Amino acid sequence: MNKDRSFCIRALTLMYSSRFFEEKTELLFRQGLIHGTTHLANGQEASQAGLCMALGDKDWIVPTHRCHGFTICRGSSAYSMFSEMFGSSHGLAKGLGGSMHMPDKDHLNLGSSAVVGSGIPLATGIAFDMKYNGKEGLSVAIFGDGASGRGSLHESMNLASIWKLPVLFYCENNLYGMSAPSSAMISVPHVADRAQAYNMPGLTVDGNDFDAVHEACLNALSYIREGNGPYLLEVMTYRTKGHSKSDRRLYRSAEEEERWAQRDPIMLYENKLIENGILTADEISKIRNSCFEDIEKQASKALEDSSDRLTEQEALDLVYAP
Amino acid sequence: MMQMTYREAIRKALADSMAEDRQVILIGEDVGVYGGCFKVSEGLVKQFPNQVIDTPVSEEGFTGMAIGAAMMGMRPVIEIMYADFFTLIFDPIVNHAAKTHFLSAGRFSCPIVIRLPEGSGTGHGAQHTQSPEALFLNESGLKMVAPSNPSDAYNLLRKAIRDNNPVLFFEHKLLYDTSGPVTPEDIEIGKAKVVREGNNLTLISYSHAMKTTLETAELLSEKGFEATVVDLCSLKPLDVKTILTQAAKTGRAAMIQDTAAMGSVGSDVLALISSDRQTFDLLKDPPLLICGKNSPTPFSKDLEKNAVPNAAESAEKIINHFFS
Repeated sequence: MNKDRSFCIRALTLMYSSRFFEEKTELLFRQGLIHGTTHLANGQEASQAGLCMALGDKDWIVPTHRCHGFTICRGSSAYSMFSEMFGSSHGLAKGLGGSMHMPDKDHLNLGSSAVVGSGIPLATGIAFDMKYNGKEGLSVAIFGDGASGRGSLHESMNLASIWKLPVLFYCENNLYGMSAPSSAMISVPHVADRAQAYNMPGLTVDGNDFDAVHEACLNALSYIREGNGPYLLEVMTYRTKGHSKSDRRLYRSAEEEERWAQRDPIMLYENKLIENGILTADEISKIRNSCFEDIEKQASKALEDSSDRLTEQEALDLVYAP
Repeated sequence: MMQMTYREAIRKALADSMAEDRQVILIGEDVGVYGGCFKVSEGLVKQFPNQVIDTPVSEEGFTGMAIGAAMMGMRPVIEIMYADFFTLIFDPIVNHAAKTHFLSAGRFSCPIVIRLPEGSGTGHGAQHTQSPEALFLNESGLKMVAPSNPSDAYNLLRKAIRDNNPVLFFEHKLLYDTSGPVTPEDIEIGKAKVVREGNNLTLISYSHAMKTTLETAELLSEKGFEATVVDLCSLKPLDVKTILTQAAKTGRAAMIQDTAAMGSVGSDVLALISSDRQTFDLLKDPPLLICGKNSPTPFSKDLEKNAVPNAAESAEKIINHFFS
């Protein structure tokens, strides 16, 4: 466990911000202030923060459709993300993308593919460019257990392996691909077991334990940085909300949800910080409140500015690059 | 000016582009020592050992990879062995390459070229002979070119590689061995060419069907009907202005293409001509579409040959439609 106080505060801040971002998003949808759909990642904060805090400033990510937490943890402003969901021109894609499309070049985030598993080859391409041009850094192909069934993953793992590309294949196994339990859809006990077939290391860790994720990421990233080629890391976690806003969660039991609620990654980390004497309950509560207020503030500001829209012509002018 | 084949012109465009910019790479199956299935890249791997990259049979994987690399600033050219295998790259092309610039509000672009050897007449059966361009026509964010001769092949490929958008480059297999002069020229993607002038009718075509079209124009000339011939060169964007001007000029327009009619380049060209009031008012006859059969390509030699229009049949249809 990294016991550095400022490190721990940073970790906690990222996890709270991700959580409060999702909670606010859900509320805004319920209030009818955001249209379309959204995929919330409540419960997966340790995976998001653990990975992003291990990344360097030359490392790229390609997140999944459940991208808000990764986008926050990589450094994008909640204002620009809320704005995107309000469809305003202050959004990361100027309101042309929505909840599933939040690319942020300034924060080395290529944006998600809303086609499950289709972002994986793009991440391999980032790594190809790095290797070909001798650039520093690596890329992370983030995907879920559902996407592990895609040919795009298997082709990309093979390509990255034969060319020793600096890619971290990062599987967030949250146990369900929409309604489909990973145990029924995947032929091996763990997605990480696939690694062997592509001649790369594979490891499964507890995705709700921030330190476990962070340390596993550091190890995997240093393996990749040493020029050894790709690495497959699987973190076991649980999305506490449904797949998307229409999901009634008929495929899993209340007992199961309750069991996982006891393993809430933020709660686990808070307890650990207190037990280890790194932060007091009061200090934690202050950080929590400050993150909550910050997200509230950014959401209100984004809402206030949400009538700024691209014109039809401005949108059409973006179809082709000059 | 140099005399060379269509195949050599494509190879030269690749070589010249790779020589001037090492961010231009050629990726595909057997493009290295083998020289590509149709020997288009023969010898290139010797000249550019780092820029010509053989891949496993993973079309979706390496196309998506090239898109990611393009978003980082590289300029990959992908060779899809047979255009028919476009099905395997539909997702990365349609959902990513075509939407990259739009979905990032202009922060990322995707300068990638996909080379698609297409067309029938080779006896390779229904899964190695298709001309799939129509399936991409409706996809915003893509550009599409289909050169009919060595010079256009050279110039359009050079231009496509410098374009900041994804460009599908349709090269017809029956044209590889055709020869012609190649003159470097700053040809604009989206511009058609008037390659023959005549007052009686306007023929419009592209790619391999241009060959048929020029032969048709000769046959018509022998019968006393002089045709203006337009080579579209680019399929997306379509050169609407040239199409309308040239159709209006003669008042009779016919499109000749190798693909079937529905949802095709030709059906769009005809729709443009008939729905533009100014052009329509100048038409002497309804426009005509001469096209390939609505069928998978048959293997049997004569059936395969007759699946696409030929000059004699086209000339006859044109005379029946416009001049009898």
